[in-house]
Amino acid sequence: MKMNGARIMLECLKKEGVDTVFGYPGGTVINIYDELYNFKEIRHILPRHEQAGVHAADGYARATGKVGVAFATSGPGATNTVTGIATAYMDSIPLVIVTGQVPTALIGNDAFQEADIIGITRSCTKHNFLVRDVKDLATIMKKAFYIARSGRPGPVLVDLPKDVQIAQTEFIYPETIEIRGYKPNLIGHPKQVEKAVDLLLTSRKPVIYVGGGVVLGNAAEGLTSLARKLSIPVTTTLMGLGSFPENDSLSLGMLGMHGAYCANMAMTHSDMIIAVGARFDDRVTGKIATFAPHAKIIHIDVDPTSIKKNVRVDLPIVGDVKDVLTKMIKQADKNKEKVAEFKDALVGWHEDIAGWKSKHPISYKQSSTVIKPQFVIQKLRELSDDDAIIATDVGQHQMWTAQFFEFNKPRTLLSSGGLGTMGYGLPAALGAQVAFPQRQVITICGDGGVQMNIQEMATLVQNRLPVKIVILNNNFLGMVRQWQELFFDKRYSQTCMEMPIDFIKLAEAYGAKGFSTSKPSEVEKVIMQGFKEPGPVIMEFKIAREEKVLPMVPAGASLNEMVLNA
Amino acid sequence: MQHTISVLVENEFGVLARVASLFSGRGFNIDSLSVAPTNEEGLSRMTIVTRGDDNILEQITKQLNKLIDIIKVIDFTDGSAIERELALIKVSAEDESRAEVLRIVDIFRAKIIDVTPKSYTIEATGNPLKIDAILELLRPLGLKELVRTGSVAIGRGAKGWTG
Repeated sequence: MKMNGARIMLECLKKEGVDTVFGYPGGTVINIYDELYNFKEIRHILPRHEQAGVHAADGYARATGKVGVAFATSGPGATNTVTGIATAYMDSIPLVIVTGQVPTALIGNDAFQEADIIGITRSCTKHNFLVRDVKDLATIMKKAFYIARSGRPGPVLVDLPKDVQIAQTEFIYPETIEIRGYKPNLIGHPKQVEKAVDLLLTSRKPVIYVGGGVVLGNAAEGLTSLARKLSIPVTTTLMGLGSFPENDSLSLGMLGMHGAYCANMAMTHSDMIIAVGARFDDRVTGKIATFAPHAKIIHIDVDPTSIKKNVRVDLPIVGDVKDVLTKMIKQADKNKEKVAEFKDALVGWHEDIAGWKSKHPISYKQSSTVIKPQFVIQKLRELSDDDAIIATDVGQHQMWTAQFFEFNKPRTLLSSGGLGTMGYGLPAALGAQVAFPQRQVITICGDGGVQMNIQEMATLVQNRLPVKIVILNNNFLGMVRQWQELFFDKRYSQTCMEMPIDFIKLAEAYGAKGFSTSKPSEVEKVIMQGFKEPGPVIMEFKIAREEKVLPMVPAGASLNEMVLNA
Repeated sequence: MQHTISVLVENEFGVLARVASLFSGRGFNIDSLSVAPTNEEGLSRMTIVTRGDDNILEQITKQLNKLIDIIKVIDFTDGSAIERELALIKVSAEDESRAEVLRIVDIFRAKIIDVTPKSYTIEATGNPLKIDAILELLRPLGLKELVRTGSVAIGRGAKGWTG
């Protein structure tokens, strides 16, 4: 059947199982929106800013594991998506972003609302396409979804000129797709797996170091059973939180700059690191030269470029982490005796770890007069549902959440790890709530970041999305202030917000409810009140203004040189 | 160390920009780059001369392979490939130096492709080191303009390298 390009694009989404799109109309996508008007299979959510639209699609993707989809118009609409796209790219989140473009005849002429979004997003997308002929559109859409979700996932942008949206052709959706230059290696090499398990069983101080790849690859179950089977301690990155239950005795919690003392000490003293879907980011390794000096490294990742990028690797396995972990478990099962010996020999190692755990657990000093942010996080864990989804912004509250909110299930923490995008939390929570209307979705923000996409309050209220917005308000850009305190002689240059915001009135202006307190004794009451409300809520906690995130590995220091109290 | 990398790419809109922005974005060097279509329809071949230690070269080849439009990447280590470059050289040639230029052109089996009373324009081909050598001899005579294509490389032996 012949149809126009705009309709074909929507039909392609339907074929890919997309039922939700976050998008913002404009001149060059008006044809798409006209087709959407009667297209009942797709629910469209209108954010109040294109950046938030992409973050919402990203939150939707992280929470569900599906590809998130966003629309934006050409020019400013498209450039507004860039931060959202870069955020998703750094954390390998599968998205398809469709932008309108000026008609092909005008491209390059500095037409009204023209931007070279293909050029602009080249380095922050996994791939991008400019559709120049409506006959190519269905194939390009198929490729876009395939590229976005396969291998190491990532955002793909499709730039769709207005004349291509109008042009008509027969709609034929290709069943399969072949891309010569793109063949991700998903199957872990069996010989390498065998060698890895052999090597692993020779170690006496092993640590499993888990990154976001385990969450993205839906491999949490395999990882958990491998760790328990071999009784190997597990530490995760920020992105890996939730892939191994933190209430398990093998859990070391998060490692790195604001990681747990026991996790960083375990890495430093380990003789065998099994890195799974992690990329040895500088926030994790500290000073590279002194990182894990005694350890052999087994690195499992679907992306070959992650391997040997930052650290030496003794045994690489390229493949889908779920496949590799499943094979490792089978291989371990074949060596029952060796495994039993191996586990017996770990007793000393477990004692070392228990010692580090009790010496410096993640902790804070409670106060009866002023609200400690860590206390709020602990109360939130205590009072929220087991399967609650937490979206954070970026900064101190993000680290406190990582440290004090116990994550036991994958896809329950949505956080901008790689790019560190302030303003991510609220729209990401919005996207997750759209995906799971029945689940509790909470965004934990600072007073800085929440104001970067505060306009999305309107989207929440309009769509009856009961997101609980927790603001840890210290009236500072807290993380930068902390660095200024520790490394810049307390010269608080431009980090004090000066002007207090009345968040209760702000919530009310959008038609939501707001609660606020500065008393530790009222924290629980406010949380309960907020959770009880059927709609979106702001819960503001005026916290100890100069509370720091500790422990901390100063930038450039080794992992074992942690500042524990400052 | 200098490496010559051959890259087979889809002849798609923007593929050169993807490669160039990969190199600039990740801080890799490009000493020279040449690109043109091959005998296979829809494919182009790039020859990139770059430098770096083993780790950097490993990253460069992996990152190139990761680009969707790139089909194959080969790092021609020393001796496995034949490299050629073409240079167009405009050199001053008056009075006694006219004969000297001709002698140099003859020794390097280059060609004169344009003549004026004051200059010669020379076409020289060969291994990039040969081009460097002829330039060194011509430079004292007055080099007015130089255009080099950058290296192209092809593997030795009977086997053709295709997509």
